[in-house]
Amino acid sequence: MLTLYNPICSLYNPIYYTTIMAVEYDGGVVIGADSRTTTGAYIANRVTDKLTPIHDRIFCCRSGSAADTQAIADVVTYQLGFHSIELDEAPLVQTAANLFKASCYRYREELMAGIIVAGWDKRRGGQVYTVPVGGMLVRQPVSVGGSGSTYIYGYMDSNYKPNMTKDQCLRLVSGALSLAMERDGSSGGVVRLAAISETGVDRQVILGNQLPKWSTA
Amino acid sequence: IMLDESSEPGWLSEEVKTGTTIIAIEFDGGVVLGSDSRVSAGETVVNRVMNKLSLLHDKIYCALSGSAADAQTIAEMVNYQLDVHSIEVGEDPQVRSAATLVKNISYKYKEELSAHLIVAGWDKKGGGQVYVTLNGLLSRQPFAVGGSGSSYVYGFVDAEYRKAMSKEDCQQFVVNTLSLAMSRDGSSGGVAYLVTIDEKGAEEKCILGNELPTFYDQ
Repeated sequence: MLTLYNPICSLYNPIYYTTIMAVEYDGGVVIGADSRTTTGAYIANRVTDKLTPIHDRIFCCRSGSAADTQAIADVVTYQLGFHSIELDEAPLVQTAANLFKASCYRYREELMAGIIVAGWDKRRGGQVYTVPVGGMLVRQPVSVGGSGSTYIYGYMDSNYKPNMTKDQCLRLVSGALSLAMERDGSSGGVVRLAAISETGVDRQVILGNQLPKWSTA
Repeated sequence: IMLDESSEPGWLSEEVKTGTTIIAIEFDGGVVLGSDSRVSAGETVVNRVMNKLSLLHDKIYCALSGSAADAQTIAEMVNYQLDVHSIEVGEDPQVRSAATLVKNISYKYKEELSAHLIVAGWDKKGGGQVYVTLNGLLSRQPFAVGGSGSSYVYGFVDAEYRKAMSKEDCQQFVVNTLSLAMSRDGSSGGVAYLVTIDEKGAEEKCILGNELPTFYDQ
């Protein structure tokens, strides 16, 4: 849980306490995030887009300090774009993930950033890499992050199975995010989804009244 | 070199907490309570087989979480008070009465205590009932989860709970929830204890670690 509540500078420190998630399937990845940015108890932006493109087929999901994650994403986008031109082909997701790790680890004392990097490349297909606070890097078939993530570990463990289809992944992610948004006060708004595969990126927004409903809600 | 290193093991000076995952759920005709069995003092597990489902009366149990000493003491006090009360009224006490007794202690001493008890049982007036007494409130709910491990399974229980589940469904629901929480929460683990209470009485069950359901990544 990324909490570093500082009442003195909370007005100047917008935070994505958030819930973010990414799942691999055969042929690509599905990523999702809520849309709430808070400064203290005020919701500064209720329609934030936390799914940021880094390259044509590589996205990152951002949680933690809004400023820190935007700055890191900008740096990595530049570095990856340059690298891709030198290589003269599409970059690997693993490369993007390592660039995030390099920045997050080197400046770990100053930063508060939890990032999930996900995308498709032709060498390994769909991949999800997670770079939590502190700067470690690990590849996982499914990863959740942000303050709302604690509430959905159980749901994820019981509902994720290897070799799911893209639609099953979309349902898993939208279901998990809506559960987390229901329980976590720091997550909310709409659910933003993106499905990344060889053919391209397919983005969706699920509005509050269209979210999956559960019997206790 | 550490000059002031203590020769005493760390866990002797740490507060003993039942890190825990506890859950209780109503069904038509009774309740099912479940808990893990880990008691930790800092990072050491001082008891790996503790039964956190404590008897308050024949058909009323409570699930303990938080500080082990505080929770056990509240349960013992309420057990005594309920015995006296049931003799005075001449019949089995209501679940609501037990929950109110727990709530009274939790609320009066809320600054000094750090324990959360979920009270559940069966009585002939209201059937199966589950009450939460967190921080001194009293609220009846169709089901309740508590303890440090509960954070990880809020999403799961919200998604899986359906109204009007049968007794066997509830038992399976409780076991699944405990298993998921125990695999994610470092302060929960060991075996799973289950108590099913209905009109006929209370049935206790213990499910060993290797008999618990497994999910992805286990």
